Amino acid sequence: MSLNALWEFANPRKFIATTDRVLPWVAWAAALMLVAGLVWGFFFTPDDFRQGSTVKIIYLHVPSALMAINAWLMMLVTSLVWIVRRHHVSALAARAAAPVGMVMTLVALATGALWGQPMWGTWWAWDPRLTSFLILFLFYLGYIALWEAIENDDTAADLTSILCLVGSVFALLSRYAVNFWNQGLHQGASLSLDKQENVADVFWYPLLATIAGFVLLFVALVLMRTRTEIRARRMRALLARERMQA
Amino acid sequence: MIALLTRDLRLAIRAGGGFGLGLAFFLIVVVLVPFGVGPQSALLSTIAPGILWLGALLACLLSLDRILALDWEDGSLDLLATSPLPMEGIVSAKALAHWLTTGLPLVLAAPVLGILLNLPVAGFGWLVASLALGTPALSVIGTFGAALTVGLKRGGLLLSLLVLPLYVPTLIFGAEVARRGAEGMALTTPLALLAGITCGTIALLPFASAAVLRANLR
Repeated sequence: MSLNALWEFANPRKFIATTDRVLPWVAWAAALMLVAGLVWGFFFTPDDFRQGSTVKIIYLHVPSALMAINAWLMMLVTSLVWIVRRHHVSALAARAAAPVGMVMTLVALATGALWGQPMWGTWWAWDPRLTSFLILFLFYLGYIALWEAIENDDTAADLTSILCLVGSVFALLSRYAVNFWNQGLHQGASLSLDKQENVADVFWYPLLATIAGFVLLFVALVLMRTRTEIRARRMRALLARERMQA
Repeated sequence: MIALLTRDLRLAIRAGGGFGLGLAFFLIVVVLVPFGVGPQSALLSTIAPGILWLGALLACLLSLDRILALDWEDGSLDLLATSPLPMEGIVSAKALAHWLTTGLPLVLAAPVLGILLNLPVAGFGWLVASLALGTPALSVIGTFGAALTVGLKRGGLLLSLLVLPLYVPTLIFGAEVARRGAEGMALTTPLALLAGITCGTIALLPFASAAVLRANLR
């Protein structure tokens, strides 16, 4: 598919028709991968020799943290598309992704706290990674609140997309600022492809499955929510037309 | 641009409220802190730089919705938008006026309040320096937030929700400079980063604010 064909999905009708066919596949694949990965991870992998069974939180923690950041990146891209090419579907997709990303952030924070209690001896520490995730959560909150607050759809899309751009820069700034501000307790990246010391393969394969499951789940949820937004907007237009005629 | 600036300054000083209110709020926050944490002077002097920075930030936040809301209500913002002055210039002038009426008094008042919190003597100079460097960024970021929420009926709470996360880097580096200054540590790095954030926001954010304001006025 060439890049030009991608813009066809800016047409809401085309988008709905395509997602009609794609959505069930994505949703079932997400369910399959999640169930398979979680069952495999929870019941068929050994306990870690130091962390015991708490290591299994990794199957929820890492994918949700990954998706929390990727959801914001996706919002950034769709916001840019809205600013540059003004496709409504793009703005609606950004709007649809925000609550999903916020929940992912919350899941990552909550599972991290559950793991941190037995392992670090505390639910919460002002560690750079934890802090920047909390700040990311605040950014999601503000973004969603701004969408809700503005009545005119196009103005709301404009304002939120600019907020998303500015927010991305500041989120990045905050990420490195908190690094400077406090020393870390959180372990470093353990899934890098280019490093010697990584997660052991027993944990790595089920983790890969749950990561795929979370990605698919995110895609399915965003598609579903975007369709809802498109239909809600269409319904509003129809109602308005009806009122005009009455 | 200068005419707009002087007009805003005159309005802020004569129309009452804006000018003194931020300062009074700053004073009250600083006075309330010892009631909250206890009067031990050793404790107070360790947290003094952070409290002073937080107080200044909140006082700044309090006056943000006045930057644009009044002009929006009486329609002068529409007139300004049709003037030959580019929108970026308008928001920059507004931010500068906000800093002159809010940030600058806070910077000047901070040492006096530092005495109340038992700030170590070495810290006074760096506190003033960090505030003087950091508050312009607060004003510029705040103007962006004010532009985002200008059309809303009850935008005040939303404004704080949007602006406070954006204040995080400035607060971190500003408070770090003040803290290290008070403890007599090396502080070139946070000072340079704070200056970098201020310069960066002043250079770039007016474009975002102007774009937002244009969308709001459409």
